[in-house]
Amino acid sequence: MRSRFDEQLKELNDSLIEMGQIVKDAIAAADKALIEQDVELAGQVIAVDDDIDKAEKDIESLCLKLLLLHHPVARDLRLVSSVLKIITDLERIGDHATDISELTILLAGMPYIKNLEHISQMASVTMKMVTGSIDAFVKKDLALANEIIEMDDIVDNLFIMVKSDMIDLIKADPDNGDQAIDLIMVAKYFERIGDHATNVAEWVVFSITGSHKSSEIL
Amino acid sequence: MNKPIKIVINNFDYYYNKKQALYKLNLEIQANEILSVFGPANSGITTLLRSLNRLAELNPEGRAEGEILLDGKSIYDEDVNVTELRRRVGMVFDVPTPLPMTIFDNIVYGPRLSGVKNKKDLTAIVEESLWQAALWDDVKDRLGMPAMSLSGGQQQRLCIARVLALKPEVILLDRPCSGLDPISTAKIEESLIQLKEKFTIVIAPHNVQQAGRISDRVAFMLMGKLIEEGPNEEVFANPKDQRTSDYITGRFG
Repeated sequence: MRSRFDEQLKELNDSLIEMGQIVKDAIAAADKALIEQDVELAGQVIAVDDDIDKAEKDIESLCLKLLLLHHPVARDLRLVSSVLKIITDLERIGDHATDISELTILLAGMPYIKNLEHISQMASVTMKMVTGSIDAFVKKDLALANEIIEMDDIVDNLFIMVKSDMIDLIKADPDNGDQAIDLIMVAKYFERIGDHATNVAEWVVFSITGSHKSSEIL
Repeated sequence: MNKPIKIVINNFDYYYNKKQALYKLNLEIQANEILSVFGPANSGITTLLRSLNRLAELNPEGRAEGEILLDGKSIYDEDVNVTELRRRVGMVFDVPTPLPMTIFDNIVYGPRLSGVKNKKDLTAIVEESLWQAALWDDVKDRLGMPAMSLSGGQQQRLCIARVLALKPEVILLDRPCSGLDPISTAKIEESLIQLKEKFTIVIAPHNVQQAGRISDRVAFMLMGKLIEEGPNEEVFANPKDQRTSDYITGRFG
């Protein structure tokens, strides 16, 4: 029964996995370009943003077609509507990877005032959050989605550490100020990436349970 | 929030000879609500509707057990006048059934049988019933035309008007929009939503989407059993029973 609809749902899942992969790769490349001061790689991250925007539009269009033609109800409606919300957050993550790479280009050629270990940790946690939340969506794994939501605290704590490091560096030598502020911006973008990945996981919870942040919205 | 209960169905079974069509149904129908009873073919929905005004017993093989209360009184009590019951609980069928006479005469057929003779009274009944069934504007200038000349959607609204002419309390509709185009369907749905202010409506919708559009509450039936009932939005958003979920998402069987 409804094999055509089920095929299209599978297509939707596959497209979402693919978009999640591109976004995760963009975070990884943004981090690598930053650490290695690789301007060319940073340029590639900025270019990939167009692919992410296109993936969002394609998935959005598929969702709207499914709503139009199949009038999904119950779990099917939750699934399609949560994908519509998820892709918005994934697209914003792509934007932040671009923001980071723009700063990488700006900072290129200047030695860093501090090693970027904490920022790199933020990148690796947010990558896990993105792939984990898409994985939770596809497998309808509520426990995994909740784990992802918890992981945002790690990202937030890392941001606080970066911030206080930068404050110390500015206090030690005001000439550090320009770069310190740029690096705080980078850390803030990673922190926002964590927030968007959390949103994705919250929509995964909704697609499974019908509750969003503990309130019944459908 | 809670409206008074109009109909109570208690442990209701129905048989055609030895074949059981309904199994221990328990359901309360509130006054002034639209209740949609839906499910796959052969789930006993038509039998349930036809039991509510005892039309089902016109089939000599039919037999009911359990009770159905209308305003607290059993419709199977010996002192119940079945004709009066069917006036109070009117029915509209899936295929429009206009009588081979004028639009006017179709509407006053029932009132005339029950003794209304005064032309002025009959005219008032025709106007009010057609108005309530959202057909007045379509036919006000041609009440003397044969009812058969109306379109399918208009014929069905005429049938609704004919039921309304008898001043019923409950209206049963068995897939009233089968074979109607989306505009006629929308007009009938619109009039049902208006009518629930005065009447209690039980409908077997012609599809799940229609149930979603018009109902206050829905009941899902499967093979003669009531599987799940509840407020429209709850059942369509988060059905409790897997069988309901499978059916409404079109993954049945």
